[in-house]
Amino acid sequence: MRDVAEMISPHIADMAPSGIRKFFDIVAEMKDAISLGVGEPDFITPWTIREAGIYALEKGHTHYTSNAGLKELRQELCRYTHRTYGLDYEEDETLITVGGSEAIDLMVRAIISKGDEALIPEPSFVCYKPCVTMAGGTPVPIVTREEDEFRLTPEALAEKITDRTKLLVLPYPNNPTGAIMEKESLEAIADVIRDKDILVLSDEIYGALTYQGSHVPFASIDGMKERTVTINGFSKAFAMTGWRLGYAMGPKPLIKAMLKIHQYAIMCAPTTSQYAAVEALRSCDDDVAAMRDEYNLRRRVMVKGFRDMGLSCFEPMGAFYVFPNISSLGLSSEDFATQLLKEEKVAVVPGTAFGDSGEGFVRCSYAYSVKNIETALDRISSFVRRHRG
Amino acid sequence: MKNDILRLLERDSRYTHEQLATMLGTTTDVVAAAIKELEDEKIILGYKTLINWERTDRDNISAIITIKITPQRGDGYDKIAERIYKYPQVKGVTLMSGSFDLLVSVEGKSLKDVAMFVSEKLAPMDGVVSTNTHFTLKTYKKENVIFTSEELDDREVITI
Repeated sequence: MRDVAEMISPHIADMAPSGIRKFFDIVAEMKDAISLGVGEPDFITPWTIREAGIYALEKGHTHYTSNAGLKELRQELCRYTHRTYGLDYEEDETLITVGGSEAIDLMVRAIISKGDEALIPEPSFVCYKPCVTMAGGTPVPIVTREEDEFRLTPEALAEKITDRTKLLVLPYPNNPTGAIMEKESLEAIADVIRDKDILVLSDEIYGALTYQGSHVPFASIDGMKERTVTINGFSKAFAMTGWRLGYAMGPKPLIKAMLKIHQYAIMCAPTTSQYAAVEALRSCDDDVAAMRDEYNLRRRVMVKGFRDMGLSCFEPMGAFYVFPNISSLGLSSEDFATQLLKEEKVAVVPGTAFGDSGEGFVRCSYAYSVKNIETALDRISSFVRRHRG
Repeated sequence: MKNDILRLLERDSRYTHEQLATMLGTTTDVVAAAIKELEDEKIILGYKTLINWERTDRDNISAIITIKITPQRGDGYDKIAERIYKYPQVKGVTLMSGSFDLLVSVEGKSLKDVAMFVSEKLAPMDGVVSTNTHFTLKTYKKENVIFTSEELDDREVITI
């Protein structure tokens, strides 16, 4: 038989692995290293949610749920979306998935085929591009800039739209920049696509972690609900990353198409997690608010820390990342991250992991204790002083 | 603002004014003034350290004593509570609703020490109807801090 390595499908073999990972393999080996790299909450899932999961197991809820997800959970989700954002969805406009990531993949696969273009603002989460490529489409990055507070501008969007554009990804609040899009900014985007056949994948997984005003879902913008699939999940808001539970809400035909892929590839999301999630939606608004307040404190500590070093640092208003501009040091993002890890034992993620436009920036997560953040900032500060020379 | 400061100081009284100001998005002057007011108003009564004595070699014993009392005309429960809290062995006194009136925490060097204090000082006190002594065996959580285990950061390497 041929070498199995040669039998990997070329479009997978050619795909670059994520740039985030390699640093953290080093960190794991390094003593006294501090990481600001992890993209998940440090909080443990609120106890009442964990307990609901345990009860579900005790009661013997160990079977599959329906493909689209537990009816009770979808109903609860519709109520939650109504009470939080005033958006009305029905059960069959809702699909429970294995994390927000699965929902992204489903949405992309449901609509993208060869020749289709998908617009992706960058820097952004690493998975949109490969999902589009795997579906046979062409990812088209749209660069967002620090001077625009990393918002997608209507001008930049209009410039990239072609006859082949089928999908716009809206990743706000944004990983890695922490940028948000307020109502007016979203309305301007809506005006650009209103007369065009463009669908929107609005990835709002960090929606509950917004520190200025409240999060505005793109589907709440006039006329946009009909063309938008909103992707969200329990990982960030409820600190439930390991439970692997997300969801998509959108127009029936789209959800139906996504469900088709989901039922063949996944069957259904984990049952225990779905029972736990019902409890999360019912009784954890206060826990979410408390975690958000805590992230907000840390966010301020981190932004001030970088600004005190003399670095330009955009003030992020969402998610749990800070994206300081390190270009004044004359190091590439990759060199900055590598040398910082070697010299000061602090791990950050080079901005280039999130697209070429991330060059000159690094991503630092504040999903860490204040103490951890302050120690890391001290070390980064001495690094910056030394390299500024 | 004041409640935010209190919430943070309750968690860690060693936060500096500068740290508090950064975390709350304000200036050190505002924080310093607020803390001074809170101290003057006796809302902040002190800054202490939370110690898990069980992990030291100090052999101390602590007990919770529940006490039923007859309230006195005019003074209610206050007078008896005062008589009780003046003893240095008494670390805390709280008036409770329910099947008893005062919840008293007491520390001593030995079981006998505490038992003697209860039988000689508390039980015979005028107005005390009955006492019930519960010795502390193990503290699991106190002041919102878990005493029995350390929570480790077990987040693994993942691409996100």
